[in-house]
Amino acid sequence: MLQFILRRLVGAVVTLFLIGAATFFLFVAAPSDYASLACGRDCSPARLESIREALGLNLPVAQQFWDFMSGIVVGRDFPDGHCAAPCLGQSFYSGDFVWDTIMDRFPLTLSLTAGAILVFLTIGIGAGMLAAYRRGSTVDKLATGASMVLSSFQIYFLGPIVLMIFVYSTGWVESPKYVPFTESPFGWLAGLWIPMVVMATIFTAQYTRMARASMIEQLAEEHVRTARAKGMGKKYVFFRYAWRGSLIPIVTVLGIDISALLGGGVVTELTFSLQGIGRLAVDGAVNKDLPLTMGVMLFGAFFILLLNILVDIVYAWIDPRVRLS
Amino acid sequence: MTTLTKTEDAPAPTGPEGFLSVRDLKVRFSTEDGIVKAVDGLSFDVERGRTLGIVGESGSGKSVTNLTVLGLHSPRTTTIEGEILLDGKELVTATERELERLRGNKMAMIFQDPLTALSPYYTVGRQLSEPYMKHRGASKKEAKDRAIQMLEKVGIPQPKVRFDDYPHQFSGGMRQRAMIAMALMCDPELLIADEPTTALDVTVQAQILDLLKDLQQEFGSAIVFITHDLGVISSMADDLLVMYAGRAVERGSVKEVLRSPKHPYTWGLLSSMPRLDGDINQALDPIPGSPPSLLNPPSGCPFHPRCAFKDQVAGDLCSQERPTLAAGRAAACHLTAEQKQTIFIDKIQPRLR
Repeated sequence: MLQFILRRLVGAVVTLFLIGAATFFLFVAAPSDYASLACGRDCSPARLESIREALGLNLPVAQQFWDFMSGIVVGRDFPDGHCAAPCLGQSFYSGDFVWDTIMDRFPLTLSLTAGAILVFLTIGIGAGMLAAYRRGSTVDKLATGASMVLSSFQIYFLGPIVLMIFVYSTGWVESPKYVPFTESPFGWLAGLWIPMVVMATIFTAQYTRMARASMIEQLAEEHVRTARAKGMGKKYVFFRYAWRGSLIPIVTVLGIDISALLGGGVVTELTFSLQGIGRLAVDGAVNKDLPLTMGVMLFGAFFILLLNILVDIVYAWIDPRVRLS
Repeated sequence: MTTLTKTEDAPAPTGPEGFLSVRDLKVRFSTEDGIVKAVDGLSFDVERGRTLGIVGESGSGKSVTNLTVLGLHSPRTTTIEGEILLDGKELVTATERELERLRGNKMAMIFQDPLTALSPYYTVGRQLSEPYMKHRGASKKEAKDRAIQMLEKVGIPQPKVRFDDYPHQFSGGMRQRAMIAMALMCDPELLIADEPTTALDVTVQAQILDLLKDLQQEFGSAIVFITHDLGVISSMADDLLVMYAGRAVERGSVKEVLRSPKHPYTWGLLSSMPRLDGDINQALDPIPGSPPSLLNPPSGCPFHPRCAFKDQVAGDLCSQERPTLAAGRAAACHLTAEQKQTIFIDKIQPRLR
């Protein structure tokens, strides 16, 4: 198992390097560059040259790439000061170190993700399992119907409606804002509950449907029938035999969802006027800000790879057949 | 001795009954396409220490019958009529809790495919121990000792080590042995084996059959053995029930049914079977057509659309009236005893030689 994890980690590092390379060279190959954008309309060749010089854009592309990638491991020195590892470079646009910018925005993204996951995992999976357990009952019909409707909603539809009701029309609560949890747990929740609830609602609906379908599939498995044939009670069979197998598709999708959420949700952030990682990605691309784009890209990719490994570890925990092969 | 004293149409509550006694059982599934009559008026008895073989094609209702005995059908879509008596206890009307107490305890089932029928997520040992702990109130330690003892009994080498293995670490034959050991954990008085050897190599198959026979001698259980393999049934069962389209069409002792079968369907089954000592140039003689849809079974005798001898019966009797299965050694067919005798001697027997 340990060897498996090590192998996956090495693979992840290689993948991150390749993603970095692809992003970097695609960006360089793009038809416009930041220097001429920053230089403006009345740009003299000398001024353009000095901007290029300052940003390191006159260096060979391979050299630029190497400087960026090695900076992640050992840090880099800029005229403004030392950028400690993991250094993701200095934003062309703002001049801030990209890592610091990301770390500044990440708590919000992490808060939203954690809050939403907490809700949709417990309520979503719980409701789905209950619906499967009482298949055909009123509870099942209610859960199936509600999740069908809610999962077809989008954040940019549900979000503004909730904002309109609770913020703009009635003024019951303030607009969503980020207050660090360490500063005031209550303020944190008060500032973020609306986006959390909206995100969680849509995910909950999806997870309810998925958990129900997965559970029903498992309940039809032959080994589940065998457990009943042994005289094991309905609850025991449900929670010991069927439950375990039903987790596999849920864990798969959960891994994808968590990494996507941590990589930043542009739509959510725009809908609720919040400053998270998703915004940074958009800013980087719009401003032709190579270091910022690279940074956000690698940051998101890191979570995708991390969650992939975690999902594989969970698979091995669920299913002994995975463990031994 | 298995008592075969009742007619299908007269499920009388008195008279001698078997240890397991099924009376006029009707099982219906409601599906999107309509009502499936999976079992339609079936009666049989099994005594302790005896083995009843049930043969028939896929979809003839063999497995459904036995899942119903254990109460493993889906209550949402299934309706059941008739009586199932286990040692005098009525099972059709029993509550889920009562059935749970009997399943894996007084009655146990061995399933066909041990790879899918054992949970991949738990060790063989745990899966064996569970019913013993539940039904006998045994401690984990006692259940483990018992499980190791049973694994040894069914011939699994190093049972102490194998106790902690997962099913996928077992070979096919060993999995089936483990499955049998699991069914026998609580010394069941009724053992239902649903094609227990179909998924196995012939050599392993023979070992498993021997094992079942030995265990029956030791425990004196009643066994219901479901298969479509007449070779297996001849070595395994005392009595035989031939099923077609959810009904019993012939019954008797194994010797009687296999030596002098009396139903055209049984003739067909026997003629479809290759023989080791047969002439390789002689073609097998399969039954034409396929089993009928149980959504809309044929009128009269359900076998009449595939029956080669129906024109020997006067009028449209075969397509209009359902033949009854008399008590004891009997076949549900409109042909007269003389006709059956003549057809069997002239047409069927030469093929079986």
